[in-house]
Amino acid sequence: MLDKKVGKQTRRLHNPPVITATASIVGPKEGKGPLAAHFDLTVDDELWGEKTWEKAESKFVKETYAKILSNASLAANGVDYIIAGDLLNQSIASTFGLRDSGVPFYGVYGACSTIGESMGLGAMLIDGGFASNVVCITSSHFCSAEKQFRFPLELGSQRAPTSQWTVTGSAGVLLSAEGTGPFITKITTGKVVDLGIKDQNNMGAAMAPAAADTIYAHFEDTGLPHDYYDMVITGDLGSIGLEILDDLLSSNDIRIGKVLNDGGVMIFDKKQDVHAGGSGCCCCASVLAGYLYDSLKKGKLRKILLVPTGALLSPTSVQQGESIPCVAHAIVIENVIGG
Amino acid sequence: MQQVMTKDEYKKYVDKKSPNSSLIRNIPKAFLVGGLICVVGQFFTNTFKGMGMEKDAVSSLTSIVMISLGILFTALNLYDDLGKFAGAGSIVPITGFANSIASPAMEYKSEGLVLGIGAKMFLIAGPVLVHGIGASIIVGIIYYLVTT
Amino acid sequence: MNNTLISYISAFLVGGVICSLGQILIDKTKLTPARILVLFVTVGVFLTALGLYQKVVDIGGAGATIPLTGFGYSLAKGTFSDVDKHGLLGAFTGGIRATAGGVSAAIVFGYLVAVIFKPKAKA
Repeated sequence: MLDKKVGKQTRRLHNPPVITATASIVGPKEGKGPLAAHFDLTVDDELWGEKTWEKAESKFVKETYAKILSNASLAANGVDYIIAGDLLNQSIASTFGLRDSGVPFYGVYGACSTIGESMGLGAMLIDGGFASNVVCITSSHFCSAEKQFRFPLELGSQRAPTSQWTVTGSAGVLLSAEGTGPFITKITTGKVVDLGIKDQNNMGAAMAPAAADTIYAHFEDTGLPHDYYDMVITGDLGSIGLEILDDLLSSNDIRIGKVLNDGGVMIFDKKQDVHAGGSGCCCCASVLAGYLYDSLKKGKLRKILLVPTGALLSPTSVQQGESIPCVAHAIVIENVIGG
Repeated sequence: MQQVMTKDEYKKYVDKKSPNSSLIRNIPKAFLVGGLICVVGQFFTNTFKGMGMEKDAVSSLTSIVMISLGILFTALNLYDDLGKFAGAGSIVPITGFANSIASPAMEYKSEGLVLGIGAKMFLIAGPVLVHGIGASIIVGIIYYLVTT
Repeated sequence: MNNTLISYISAFLVGGVICSLGQILIDKTKLTPARILVLFVTVGVFLTALGLYQKVVDIGGAGATIPLTGFGYSLAKGTFSDVDKHGLLGAFTGGIRATAGGVSAAIVFGYLVAVIFKPKAKA
């Protein structure tokens, strides 16, 4: 049993779970971004026919969950567990969206790292023999996030150049015990890291140290060469956070080079006026469910390290002047079980 | 990970790394829009004066008209676009105060008339009234003590 | 130049300068809009009490009364005039009395549009 432990934070999965299906449904702005072709569905109205932003976000979750099952041709009773979370208080987007699923449910909170957190837990459930099929799903919505964390939409304020744009949509994956890959072969669970950044309009700078800490731990635990992966994708540091991460890694002698990228940078075009890039639980999740999964399936990418990062702040902690603790979880996804 | 920076060093490093808002681009826009909103206010002041109203009525009526305009533009989903362009140019005038009342009222309508619109309407303007009226009471008391 | 034209030009210039000061504060201090508004009203009250803001109003007209510092000016001026009439009681009635029109309009129209109109997602 003990040889599943690799170093302090990394775990090797002996029966690596397979990502057998993914799905992503996003809003209009994401549908105009560079990764548009990889989403299952783009909705052109943020309310999606619902009365409130919160109801709309739940609908994104509900429809994405249904899409994962249909993409996998899996009956509803074939799912053993759902692990889900989102940004809204008490994770209501997930629980309301999944209340009709009839499947045992674990709610998690990791802010924008939620997809990494849920996939890590799901992978261990499957490796441990506790489940054959686990759905990991998350969501975010620009309008509901603005309302909860910032200002009413119609307030005439300017966004800081370091601010990021919350992705509207939901995305998730189905992890299975059987399948042909891609496989989750290792996970590195992150620690809560806080380097004292207080500016909630500069989340990339707050989260970069957490991402650096987890990536450092991953290479330290596994002893893998720093150029092992075809791509290392963090999310969602945005353009400023990504530069900071590169600096932090370099000063620890980890040089990943050009294959280091970020979901928040990839999902939007600079012309889309999103300042430092995308953010929100659905950002990294939809980049994985769309572009990354497609690339793995086609063999364009063979082994990637996905490092979703989350800023664990609340409106209350911000108003009380607290700094922003952050976490990042690394997931190794490979087409062939190796390493 | 090796700690390469203390919190203070990291803050300084981040400040250097993060782009600042461009004052050279933002100030002219704030000046222009703020100035023009005041010209509109001056137009109403001149008009009401021309109608022979007394001074206090003119200033009250001008406020009422400008606040109504700010609320109307908010309702038509235009004031946020103006704010994105003008920044303080549309926040500082009294129309911005009106926007700060109408925008949460609209946003929180989904939570009902009492705890939604009623409670959240003064989310941003409430602190303004509390501190403004509070300050006026303080200076009023001082003025009373000095003049008697 | 006639007086009307001069009043427009001075309103534009004085109003523009006051808003530019707000912009510098936002960009340099990262203050949120709520804090900016609080600051401007309070500063307006105290500058009026010191007799300074009246001079700005004399020059700028609406350029000085339309920015939120002007709201502070109305609060303070109303307070002084009520103190003159009613003594200490005036300190508690003057501010709200002088600004009642604007605040009431904001409540009524803000409520009405909230019932009728919906916020829209940003593009």
